[in-house]
Amino acid sequence: METFLQQIINGLIQGSVYALVALGYTMVYGILGLINFAHGEVVMVGAMLSLTALTALLGWGVPPALALALGLLFAMLGCMVLGYGIERVAYRPLRHAPRLAPLITAIGMSMVLQNLAMMIWGREYHAFPQLIDNTPHVIAGAIVNDIQIVIFLAALGIMAGLMFVVHRTRLGRAMRAVAENQHAAQLMGVDINRVVSITFMLGSAMAAVAGLMVSANYGIAHYYMGFLLGLKAFTAAVLGGIGNLRGAMLGGMLLGLIESLGAGYIGDLTGGFMGSNYQDVFAFFVLIAVLVFRPSGLLGERIAERA
Amino acid sequence: MPFRFARPLLPAILTLSLVACGNSSNEQAAMPAQTAASTPTESAMVLTVRIGASAPLTGPQAHIGKDNENGTRMAIEDANARGISIGGQKVHFELLSEDDQTDPKTATIVAQKLVDAKVNGVIGHLNSGTTIPASRIYHDNGIPQISPSATAVAYTAQGFNTAFRVMANDGQQGKVLGEFATKKLGAKKIAVIDDRTAYGQGLADEFVKSAKASGAQIVAHEYTTDKAVDFTAVLTLIKGKKPDLIFFGGMDPQGAPMLKQMKALGIPAKFVMGDGGYTPKLIENGGAAAEGAYASLPGVPLDMMPGGKDFAQRYEAQFKQPIQLYAPYCYDAVNVMIAAMQKADSAEPAKYLPLLGGISHDGVTAKIQFDEKGDLKGGAVTLYQVQQGKWQALETLGAAAQ
Repeated sequence: METFLQQIINGLIQGSVYALVALGYTMVYGILGLINFAHGEVVMVGAMLSLTALTALLGWGVPPALALALGLLFAMLGCMVLGYGIERVAYRPLRHAPRLAPLITAIGMSMVLQNLAMMIWGREYHAFPQLIDNTPHVIAGAIVNDIQIVIFLAALGIMAGLMFVVHRTRLGRAMRAVAENQHAAQLMGVDINRVVSITFMLGSAMAAVAGLMVSANYGIAHYYMGFLLGLKAFTAAVLGGIGNLRGAMLGGMLLGLIESLGAGYIGDLTGGFMGSNYQDVFAFFVLIAVLVFRPSGLLGERIAERA
Repeated sequence: MPFRFARPLLPAILTLSLVACGNSSNEQAAMPAQTAASTPTESAMVLTVRIGASAPLTGPQAHIGKDNENGTRMAIEDANARGISIGGQKVHFELLSEDDQTDPKTATIVAQKLVDAKVNGVIGHLNSGTTIPASRIYHDNGIPQISPSATAVAYTAQGFNTAFRVMANDGQQGKVLGEFATKKLGAKKIAVIDDRTAYGQGLADEFVKSAKASGAQIVAHEYTTDKAVDFTAVLTLIKGKKPDLIFFGGMDPQGAPMLKQMKALGIPAKFVMGDGGYTPKLIENGGAAAEGAYASLPGVPLDMMPGGKDFAQRYEAQFKQPIQLYAPYCYDAVNVMIAAMQKADSAEPAKYLPLLGGISHDGVTAKIQFDEKGDLKGGAVTLYQVQQGKWQALETLGAAAQ
């Protein structure tokens, strides 16, 4: 029982990071019908920028809490500029090109960012400063620390904030309008370029938060960290129904839980026939099963008419 | 509008890339000319000998791969500075370094590239998973290959006369680690995690064999990958089995966060790794959680070897960083290859390969002699522990330490 609870906690923490990153994929897809494969690298850049800022701030003797806030702000601003730049350079010129073209520039962008980061921050793993006390709390035998609690709550808060922006503000209405029909939105006076740019910036800011969370949780940052995380988050977005915000959150949490419970119990369930080496297989098996019965993902509905 | 803006850039980029291509093809054109001209009849020319090197220069293990390249580069620069003559000609050694991305498929492409570039010998690859598939290509083309760090038993068991290594194999290392864990650390219940690479899996299997033979019980054998950073699920599972020791067959990018997560989950077990864990990065990134961790490294401690300390100092001065892991082994590998070339008085692979197996060389890591398979003779293994934020040598086990 303790183990079960611990696996649930592990899954929720991992899942909330997946969900935050998945939101970035799903927002862009919902509005442009484009898969922004460079999004995982934006997470990495966020982690690296916050690492650079934190190291400098702590070096100047700034108190940890303030340093964390400033570092996060710096990373978010940096990633927003980056997100804007990516869209402006790699996607906007190709907005009316065949769908394959921006997909290729997205992959190219991802490689460019990865290699730039390797040149700037080096090849080695960087230790991430520990700013939040990680004394373990024991809840019914399961262990959770402050960083993990902060990650979970922050992820929930950001998701709630995003839902508010999309469904309750003027900007959100413009975003939904562009997603519905670009030309009609333009005729109604919506500045499409502005809405798309803001979408990219919002997604990138969330990516920066996710980057900081991942690095703080594992205590490690690396120029390669965005790749696998991006892939998993993309999977989560598809699982939940890409293009659907609630789907991305649900998909992220589910993927986290499936991975952690899969790794934890697959060995016992199959009598040792399969072990934790089937962790990813298990996650993708669930993905395939969902897509067979619901081709547009768990909560996705509008994709068929979009494509 | 944006599209029109992008267009004028295109010719500029094309021109740039053409210029770049032009440069490299000029260089390449010049080099064979030099080699061609350097036949014995025109002995005034310098003989260019190309040493191929391959390791991951991008990806999670890039820091270790770059360290390999640095070690190889140092040996080549030293050899050029010494002014070696082969067959009455002055030799200029040249390094051709390729990135195999830790990927077995890429490794074979890179190997073919090196073969096509007519390298005289290859130092590499870093990982067993890349070394083994690449070794077939070197063998088929008769190119001698010395791996500084591939430890999987299978590498030299293929019967290739071109395959050598200057490091103890997993059979030797896993055996020592298993005995150390059970006899010295007194572990009774052991959990094993491996990263499912040829190295991690091979070492873990040898460890399990040896630990079982010494009477320990393997309570769990779990898996991860060489790109993962989250091990909480696997560690939670292991925690339930209450092992008193966890062995991880893998490299430091996984080792450091694994140590942290063990601590976060409150697992009190001892932690043992193979040579993949013996790096400064494990301590730097593992922080306080790395304290007390064990790792092994084939050979004897560097500062106990003649020339070892000097090597470490020169390395740090040249590359502005401490040795990560295998740089000294790369340095030795190059020097063994050059020694064979000198003995054969030829840099032709077909001429010096038969002599490579019989070379005896006093390297910075060990006295290097090969057995009939191409494995390192002797194969001492030293065990280290993190004590007060530093790797401290505990003892040297295995074959006779020199």
